[in-house]
Amino acid sequence: MTVEDEIEIMGQRLNRKIKGLFGRSLSIREVDAGSCNACEVEVNALSNPIYDLERFGIHIVASPRHADMLLVTGPVTRNMELALLKTYNATPEPKLVVAMGSCACNGGIFGETYASSGGVDRFMPVDVYIPGCPPRPQAVIFGLMVAVDKIEQKIRKLEVKA
Amino acid sequence: MSEELIETIKKEFRSDILDEIVSNNEHYLTVNKDAAVHICDYLYHTLNFPLILIFATDERAKERTKDGCFKIHYVFSCKSDLFIIIKIKVEEKSPGFPTLTHKIPAANWYEREIQDMFGLVPVGHPDPRRLIHFEDWPAGLYPLRKDFDIRTKPPRVKGEYIYRRVEGEGVYEIPVGPVHAGVIEPGHFRFSVAGEPILNLEIRHFYTHKGVEKSFESMSLDKAVFLAERISGDNSAAHAVAFCQAVEKIAGVDIPPRAKYIRTILLELERLYNHFGDIAGIATDVAYPFGAAHANKLKEQVMQLNEKVTGSRLLRGMNAIGGVRRDIGDKKEMILKELDSLQKDFMELMELLISSPSVADRIETTGRISNEIAKGLHVVGPAGRASGIDNDIRRDHPYAAYHKLDFKVPVIKAGDVNARTNVRAYEVYESLSLIKLALSGLPGSEIRTKIKKIPDGCALGYTESPRGEIFYWVHISNGRIERCKVRDPSFCNWLAIEYAVLDNIVPDFPIINKSLSLSYSGNDM
Ligand code: SF4
Repeated sequence: MTVEDEIEIMGQRLNRKIKGLFGRSLSIREVDAGSCNACEVEVNALSNPIYDLERFGIHIVASPRHADMLLVTGPVTRNMELALLKTYNATPEPKLVVAMGSCACNGGIFGETYASSGGVDRFMPVDVYIPGCPPRPQAVIFGLMVAVDKIEQKIRKLEVKA
Repeated sequence: MSEELIETIKKEFRSDILDEIVSNNEHYLTVNKDAAVHICDYLYHTLNFPLILIFATDERAKERTKDGCFKIHYVFSCKSDLFIIIKIKVEEKSPGFPTLTHKIPAANWYEREIQDMFGLVPVGHPDPRRLIHFEDWPAGLYPLRKDFDIRTKPPRVKGEYIYRRVEGEGVYEIPVGPVHAGVIEPGHFRFSVAGEPILNLEIRHFYTHKGVEKSFESMSLDKAVFLAERISGDNSAAHAVAFCQAVEKIAGVDIPPRAKYIRTILLELERLYNHFGDIAGIATDVAYPFGAAHANKLKEQVMQLNEKVTGSRLLRGMNAIGGVRRDIGDKKEMILKELDSLQKDFMELMELLISSPSVADRIETTGRISNEIAKGLHVVGPAGRASGIDNDIRRDHPYAAYHKLDFKVPVIKAGDVNARTNVRAYEVYESLSLIKLALSGLPGSEIRTKIKKIPDGCALGYTESPRGEIFYWVHISNGRIERCKVRDPSFCNWLAIEYAVLDNIVPDFPIINKSLSLSYSGNDM
């Protein structure tokens, strides 16, 4: 199976879930919290004409205020901590946080130093971890599928409370 | 030639030279602290050698050997594959050293970096603000000093960062970042504008500073290769090869010829996907999405090829100390076929771009960097070559298989976005031809030399990455990394953007930025 076929199959499944849940696109705000940029290279690859993730209802937005989900990369550096927290606080509930890449999951090769904190979950609850350094585009799509299932659970919980 | 040169320098400064060490193509001269500026100025202005790197080391532990103090190294790149390294000693009790920035603007950030990381003070520096640490970092803590524990978590203190101010009627500021609208790395830009034209831009970086140089010091050599690959994500191969070459030089090992050819192929594949990506970025920002889609497709094609050839879309895990991990000989036909299709498609794309007046209108004369500015700041890579700087490490200090292969180094004088786009386009053709040449000349041999023991020593390792020259200076002692200085090309090129945007309009900033293709992570580390 070619990469294109894999993407097509996973993308269709993802699309059905998103449509059923939102009736619109899933909006994602990407935050680089100190990555090496390779994770960004792969997120950007998802928008190239070969993957073209937008056609499956994945929309990368410019502001956290428009986002359903934060996709965070990097080990969270001391110098990005505040900006990441501000972005998190600006995202409306119910929100999802996805840690993408080994760095975001647990600090990766940068670990814990005077300048690197060792992962996103030190600062906020993380819903889905996507390992890989960087994760391949297929892995990112799979991670998004898991995340969409989670948001469904979150919405139910909110409804029950209400 | 190089002996004569060294003799001339020694004659000129005999009384100031305290010590001399020669190792491979590196000539170290320890000089009097007070004479450093004069000597560096002579090398730079009289002999015309570019200053490529300044870094410090903490050698206080050598106290008993009477040599215990900090050292600052100034590295110059000379003709005929020689590097001259001027060294000065700086005592802990008098941590000042004379600034070089007035004479050589390229020294600016290096000196501020040394101030933040070692606590040595560049006396008379025109801009002595902090560079890497933010205002909330406590005074008196210097991470690259040997007595600083890497896991220290300093408390946040109160402080304020003062931006340059431009005042006048109708002048206002636009702050941008660190979190940007697009999927890009974090950094802060502060524009002072009057209407559309930009009067001043101040960049503020180091949001992604992770303490990489300190991390090297607690890592095994094999693991350190993986760290080098992750300094600037899309320049993985270039960083890994530069690091490996430095270690191999210390070990005195000449890696097998086949490994050299394979490294060359990897480095050129990296250049291809980066250049396609940069051209796509420029097309996006001039609102030419058709061209951007076309270029992005080419980039993806190369990344998929990378995966088929090496197992990694970003060419990771291939390089190792002593050679490469995997042979690629059996993939030759597949690569050649793919290269032909890339070449054909790329020619079509460039015809489209060149013949589109809406593209030309946005990129010609936009974001000019004069040759003078480029030389003063030591702008490297395609950005430098587009401003008339005829530098390319592959040709000037050959490594891997480059001295065996024929290629041209395009140089254009105009210095605008158009020139930077064209330099990349020419380089794409050169890369395609280099990969073909390397594949057809692939020598039969082992692909990795086993290195048993690495002796103590230090050496430079370097490559010409898609963004420009990468330098590593590695010092090994007892089989461990004592110091690893990394200089990514973006550390040189970032300052140039403050000049490139002047008198341009704000909407052209993204194009100028893309055309310089700057790495944040490589810069901040
Ligand atoms: S996970 Fe790997 S690829 Fe992603 S930012 Fe970290 S080091 Fe880079």
